[in-house]
Amino acid sequence: MGESGSGKSTVLRAISGLNPDWSGRITVLGRQQGPKREKAFYKNVQMVFQDPYASLHPRHTVDRVLNEPLDIHGIGDKEERIRAILDDVGLGPSFRFRYPHQLSGGQRQRVAIARALILEPRILLLDEPTSALDVSVQAEILNLLNRLKRERRLTYILVSHDLAVIAHMCERLAVMNAGSIVEEMSVDQLRRAAPEKDYTRQLLQASLGYDRETVRHFTRYD
Amino acid sequence: MTGNSLLSEKPLLEVEDLHVRFHTRTRIVEAVRGVSFSMGREKVGIVGESGSGKTITGRSILRLVRPPGEVRAKRIEFDGIDLLGLSDQEFRRIRGKRITMVMQDPKYSLNPVMKIGKQVMEAYRLHTGASRRQARQKALEMLEAVRIRDPERVFNAYPHEVSGGMGQRIMIAMMLIPEPDLIIADEPTSALDVTVQMQVLAIMDDLVSQRGMGMLFISHDLNLVASFCDRVIIMYAGRIVETCRASELHNARHPYTRGLLASLPRIDAPVAELPVLKRREEWKTDRIDHDLIR
Ligand SMILES: Nc1ncnc2c1ncn2[C@@H]1O[C@H](COP(=O)(O)OP(=O)(O)OP(=O)(O)O)[C@@H](O)[C@H]1O
Ligand SMILES: Nc1ncnc2c1ncn2[C@@H]1O[C@H](COP(=O)(O)OP(=O)(O)OP(=O)(O)O)[C@@H](O)[C@H]1O
Ligand SMILES: [Mg+2]
Ligand SMILES: [Mg+2]
Repeated sequence: MGESGSGKSTVLRAISGLNPDWSGRITVLGRQQGPKREKAFYKNVQMVFQDPYASLHPRHTVDRVLNEPLDIHGIGDKEERIRAILDDVGLGPSFRFRYPHQLSGGQRQRVAIARALILEPRILLLDEPTSALDVSVQAEILNLLNRLKRERRLTYILVSHDLAVIAHMCERLAVMNAGSIVEEMSVDQLRRAAPEKDYTRQLLQASLGYDRETVRHFTRYD
Repeated sequence: MTGNSLLSEKPLLEVEDLHVRFHTRTRIVEAVRGVSFSMGREKVGIVGESGSGKTITGRSILRLVRPPGEVRAKRIEFDGIDLLGLSDQEFRRIRGKRITMVMQDPKYSLNPVMKIGKQVMEAYRLHTGASRRQARQKALEMLEAVRIRDPERVFNAYPHEVSGGMGQRIMIAMMLIPEPDLIIADEPTSALDVTVQMQVLAIMDDLVSQRGMGMLFISHDLNLVASFCDRVIIMYAGRIVETCRASELHNARHPYTRGLLASLPRIDAPVAELPVLKRREEWKTDRIDHDLIR
């Protein structure tokens, strides 16, 4: 978590290879990464983006969206995999030949998750996966992500503005400000609202809801 | 909140039996089906899931529903004025002056080929007839008030050169400049991060409490509405299913409202699995009022 522009998406994009212009060290499953990712990397690491409307090609059916990664990686049992993954994300076979405009926001996000999972990766990078969705749809997607995490023993890095979502989904939390991590804490600490830094305290207060007096004391930390 | 005094006050806005339908090629969409409520110079929230009719309700009040949309109502009255009886020309003296609206998507509401500063200045000059110099001063002040960090740069930028969150704050600045009696704000802070969101809400809150502005606040953020507003309207499938005091939202009784609240994860009460909503046919027809919202 962190204020807008603090660098959360940029970190995920650097890990996933979408942003080649970084320095430092990134090690994934014991392998140190260079600026470019090998094809095999994406069998282990996949990303789900915030906006379910922008992340699917408008003229590709669900079937085509799911076939693409399998073709790229030369995977055989396509039929079986597509059927299984649609079932896993709670979309029946009737969704298979639909276009994005024929899906609701929650259904699109399920397709995006299915696309990320069809290669059976071990790490999922989730950039605000439910912030564009209704709370009732959010609950379905979070339940789905938690079930898949349990069943497949996945690792998630989740970006969210919603502390309750973070507390529900995560074990540990890193707080970003102006391009760096300023504090790390356990979700227990988060639940007890016991941060060490004033910046984090202000962020926690702001996410608890509106309070005129609290706002009066807000300061800038950049 | 001294809720009872609000009830004795003459309402600022009264809406009675509002219906909106769209004739599409394949079917008729009943977007709003008999919405009635009234409000004073206070903050009233409208919540409900996507497609429940929140935006169309707001747009209907300002006569902004375009064909093939068809709006019918028994009564829409603003500060004693019968809005349904006004000519389009008379309506223009109300819209953008006494009632303003912050649109859900600011990118579509700003003029893409005019610099932002000029648009904000024009909003002010139209309202006050001030000189260009005064208007420029005021525009910069307003941009600063909505926590834009570099007002001079934004003043000279075009809409496509600013982020979604900046666009929202620019729209809010423009809609507050005419000092309206009523502001209809449709998801006005959804692209802002939490700290900036609270600061921008505080500006509007102060206008409500100090100048007696009324505010209709459309949002799907239940916790935000519960903490920010005075009263809340909950919509489902084009209808109001429940109304209550905002501070009482967490004790709401309607199963739809309860279902929405239950589906939210909570910091203080961890659960293994979140309850999901199971929709029921009767939600399309019943309504619970805890508060005499009409
Ligand atoms: N392609 C780009 N070119 C130039 N600057 C960029 C680019 N992408 C990101 N930035 C800048 O990098 C910083 C971090 O951006 P980033 O998108 O990672 O923020 P974030 O923490 O994800 O914010 P949000 O909560 O708004 O999504 C910001 O100042 C942003 O303007
Ligand atoms: N021009 C139109 N033609 C046909 N149907 C429309 C049109 N505009 C809106 N609708 C329908 O009217 C209903 C209410 O829409 P509205 O925009 O008011 O929803 P909302 O509650 O604001 O949702 P959201 O939270 O997604 O903004 C929806 O079912 C929508 O699809
Ligand atoms: Mg981001
Ligand atoms: Mg809307």
